[in-house]
Formats: sequence, structure tokens, C-alpha cells
Amino acid sequence: MTEDTILEIKNLHVRFPIHIGTVRAVDDVSLAIRRGEVMGLVGESGCGKSTLGFSILRLLRPPGEIAAGKILYNGRDVVTMSERELLAFRGRQVSMIFQDPLTSLNPLFRVGDQFVEAIRTHEPRVKPKEAWARAEKTLQHLGIAPERLAEYPHQMSGGMRQRIMIGMGLVLHPGLLIADEPTTALDVIVEAQFLDLLNRLREQFNLTILLISHNLGIVAQMADRVTVMYGGRIVESGPALAVFDNPRHPYTQGLLASIPNIKLDQPELKTMPGAPPDLVAPPPGCVFAPRCPQVMEKCREKRPLEFNLSGMRVACWLYA
Amino acid sequence: MKNLLRYVITRALLTIPMLLILLTIVFVVVRVMPGDPVASMLGGHAPQSVIDQKREELGLNKPLIVQYGNYLLQISRLDFGQSMILHQSVLDAIGDKIPATIELTFFGMIITLLLGIPLGAYAADKRRSPQDYAIRLYGIVIYCIPVYWLGLILQMIFGVWMDVLPVAGRTGARVFVSTFEKTGFYTIDTLLVGDFEAFGDVMLHLVLPSVTLGLVLSGIFIRLTRANMLDVLQSDYILAAEARGIRHRRVVYKHAILNAFVPILTMMGLQVALLMAGAVLTETTFSWPGMGRLLLERIYLRDYPTIQGIIVIFALIVAFVSLIVDIIYALVDPRVRY
Repeated sequence: MTEDTILEIKNLHVRFPIHIGTVRAVDDVSLAIRRGEVMGLVGESGCGKSTLGFSILRLLRPPGEIAAGKILYNGRDVVTMSERELLAFRGRQVSMIFQDPLTSLNPLFRVGDQFVEAIRTHEPRVKPKEAWARAEKTLQHLGIAPERLAEYPHQMSGGMRQRIMIGMGLVLHPGLLIADEPTTALDVIVEAQFLDLLNRLREQFNLTILLISHNLGIVAQMADRVTVMYGGRIVESGPALAVFDNPRHPYTQGLLASIPNIKLDQPELKTMPGAPPDLVAPPPGCVFAPRCPQVMEKCREKRPLEFNLSGMRVACWLYA
Repeated sequence: MKNLLRYVITRALLTIPMLLILLTIVFVVVRVMPGDPVASMLGGHAPQSVIDQKREELGLNKPLIVQYGNYLLQISRLDFGQSMILHQSVLDAIGDKIPATIELTFFGMIITLLLGIPLGAYAADKRRSPQDYAIRLYGIVIYCIPVYWLGLILQMIFGVWMDVLPVAGRTGARVFVSTFEKTGFYTIDTLLVGDFEAFGDVMLHLVLPSVTLGLVLSGIFIRLTRANMLDVLQSDYILAAEARGIRHRRVVYKHAILNAFVPILTMMGLQVALLMAGAVLTETTFSWPGMGRLLLERIYLRDYPTIQGIIVIFALIVAFVSLIVDIIYALVDPRVRY
């Protein structure tokens, strides 16, 4: 682990035992996030990216479980943390914001009270009034009038609620912010405003962000580095510019090619043939082999190793 | 707060049409019940002239619409007329008995809620565990048990075999009710005069009837709380609260339970009607001198004005409670207020 790595995931396996077998939602994933960077985690629905996010906070919904691997936050392994250590860890060291701002705030409590609770959970000595004042200060950074703390969530718009969620995620100055599809529920204009805000906060507070999204545009705009997941595995990772300009893995290539381009006169959308793999019984070799246009004999038999290509990591036999 | 006040006023005004409908139903039901009130008053052999005279006296010879008007007018003055059997106004008869019923249903409800909500929440939190299955089994079984049967069993166990609790009545023989009667609520009256021994006696007498009533109804509340909690525990704000490092127990028993409580509250309002029905049976089992027993007695005696009066009072109570419930609803859930 290098000095500036804040989070390092090593060979993580997450399984969901269900009645028809075991879903390997995250299958031998390794990933490192450096302090101060925005790491984009992309992939289609069900590829395991959100599961990976929840694993970092050990908040997997049962029956999900971490079967093997390490999640090192500043060198401490989250996987082996006790319940007590986890309580101190969640929100304070790593905080998370969710997809749907409309349902992420408790409708029965005033927004300010939810801030106060979050602050006082980790700093019980802070008086409620001080905590409220701190929340007011946070709101100013978000461009929301401090008086609105006295309101209930339903009195706010979706964009405002998502900004509140960010504020609640940042009020304790965590080392890492996990943003799980933070703009999916917002319309494009609010989305743009939200991303501007996130960029501004990031510079102001030198945030480290794990941005989980299926929206390549957002990731391209925000991320320093990108990790692409497919079928519970990482297929490619590297600097954002390199990945977007010169994708190596056939899946990433297909993914980028299927973005509609307004400047080109396309008669129809480009798509990838086939469907995502069955994670209960994944293909024996490469998970992408059944859909891959450049598939080789080897791909169907052996799981690809990870190859280093000038700063990028690609799990594909093409580069062997 | 201004919004809240507006809500309360609107909600209270909405009670008026509801009451009118309730009162109309009572009016119709009492008049289509089999049996002739005048015949039952005078016996089968009274001469026609006497019957006619009595009918006129009671206003039963007038057209239905006039009777209906008079009926509403009287009720608006809280005048339920005279009993046909005893020379006593219906209001007095009810006034004598109503505190007993309210006391019983109040404590019954408390036991129901104290059992139902925590057990339901616990079962939801420990979903699919042996504890969950045990609690659900209890919920179904207790819901199926008839009130009077459970009452008899409890009387047998605690009253006869163990001999620790009284099985009938509101007080023991040594307590002289007349010395402290003011409000009719014995728990309050005994405290008002500072007679703690009598208070203890009254409370002891309340145990079996209210436990019986409370146990039977707790089943519904367990199932309802569990179902609602399961829903709420799946929601994003619960996950978000846990992601903030808030203790699981606090998340479940503060954040989740309050949200699950909103529909439970609605159910509570509806259950009051069932509670009253349950009280009729409980009162009979435990010789509890309340409205339920009064109603039963007067049905046997075909005392129509009293029957009508009691049903109207029950209806008023249900309407009033549902109003209160809706107000609490608004206090708990800010979204209702706007």
C-alpha cells in the first residue's frame, strides 16, 4: 500500500446465497483509491458496482455476505471490524449517498434534526445547538438557506434533498465519500447543478470520492480514474482519459460505442448483443466471452489474468 | 402550527356528515328490528286503545320522517329519552355504566399496544428467526381465541387455582364505592380521595378483564406492526441512517417504528370499534358493570330507547376516537398537516 492510498480492496468476494444457488455479486475484485481523487466505478445494472459500494461500509442486505478478501481503509481492515468499530467507522470515516434523494431522508424528522443526530452520534459531547449551527454552516456551502433546516424533507425539491444528503455525508469530514448513482433520480438540469456543486466541494475540501454510476458521461466529467465492472469482476481500470479515449477491453469498447452521438447521423442505436451473465453460474472462462466480438478459444476456458498496459489494467486475453 | 390548527378544524367539520350517517343507520336499524316496542312494553294482551295511546305518547304514530327529525333534535340535545322498562332516563343509565367500559377498554388498549407494537417490531427486525416464527404463531393463535373462552381460562388459572386475582366485578366487597364516587372512574375516584388501598383493589380487579381484552387484540397489532416494519426497514432512509453510523437498535426503534406507527395508528382508530364489541363479551364474562352488559340486558328486555341510546353513544365514541387518531396522525407525520 502506498502512502497516498486511502482505500484498498483486495480480492473481495461477495456472495448472496439464494434458494437456486449462490450469486457471486462481486468476484475477486481488487481496487485502490488514492487520497484526493475521484474514482469512477461504471458498469451496467447488476454488475456488482453498488454491492461493492455497500461492502465498503459492511452494509450488505442479508443474505449478502463478504465471503473473502480485505477492505483496507487507511490500512485497517473493514471486513474484520467489530460491530462497535463499524459504528464509529460508518459516516465518520466513509459516508455514502444514495440514488434516490426522495426516499433517503426520514420523512418524519426535520432535516436539521437529522443533521444533529448524525453529528451527535459521532460526537456525543457536541450540544444540539452547536450541532445545529454546524449544520447551518454546511448548508451554506450547499447553497441552501440555513432556515430550511427547520423544514421537513417533503417541503424540499429532489435536487435540494440530494444536496442535503451530500451535506450530511460531509458534515463529519469523512475521508471517503461513496456516491451511489447520485444523480440517477434527478433531471438533467438539476444533475448538472449537482455535479457542479460536487466538483466545487471536492476542490474546497479535497474530497476523495468513489462515484458509482452507469452514466458514462457523468463519470467522464468527474472522474480522475475509472474502473469498469462486468459480471461482478473488474474488466478494465485506468486514468479516465486513457480509458475513454482508448478503451482496451472489448466490453468497454462496446459500452462506449453504444453511447448515442448527437453529431453522427446514426440510423439506429448501436447495442451489444447478448445479455449480462447469470451470476449464479457464470461462464467458466471470461464472463464477457459469450458476448465478446473478439472471443478466442482460450477465453471460454480460462479466466483472463490482469495485464498492465502503460498505466491501465485490463483483464483480457487479447493482451497476453 | 397554523397548518395544524386548520387541519384539526377541517377534520372536525368532516366528522359531522359522518355522525349524521351513523345516526341515520342507528335510526333505521332500531326500527327494522323484529318485535314491536309498544307490545313488549305493555305485554301481549293490552287493548288496542291503550296501545294507540302509548304509540302516540312515544311519537310512534307520526310519519317516519317526523320521527327522524325529532330523533336528531333530541340527540343534538343529548336527550335519549326514557327507558321503557325502568323509570330512569337513558342518559343516566348510560352515564352510570360508561366509565366502567372506558376504564376497561383503556387498559385493554394499553396492554394491546405494549404487547403488539414491540413484539411486532422485534419480529420484523429478526425476520425469519425462531423468535419471529414464535411471535407470529402467537399472533395468529391469540387472534383466533374467543374473548370469553380466554377470559374463562384466565379466571380459572389466576382466580381459582392460584387464587391471586379477583375474577369478577370492579371492586371487592370491602370497598364502599359510594364513599368515593365522583367521576365513576374508580381508578381516578380512589386517587382523588387518596384511598390507596381501594385504588389497589380497583386495579387488581382490572387486571384479568383488561389482560383478556388486550391479549386477544394484541394479535392484530403484532401482525400489523410486523408487516409495516418490514416495509419501513427496507426503505432507503433506514439504510442511510445506518450508513451514518447510527446504532441499529436506535434505527429500528426510533426511525423505523415511528414510520411504521402511522398506519398502525389508523388501525387503532378502527380497532376501537372492535374493542367496544370485545368489551361487550369481556364485560359479560367478568360481570363488569359496563355499557356492554347494559346493552345485553336491555336487548333481552327489549328496551328500545336504551338500546338506541347505547348504540348512538358507541357510534359517538368511535367517531370521536377516529378524530383524535387523525389529529395524532397529523402530529406524528408532518406530511398530513399540509
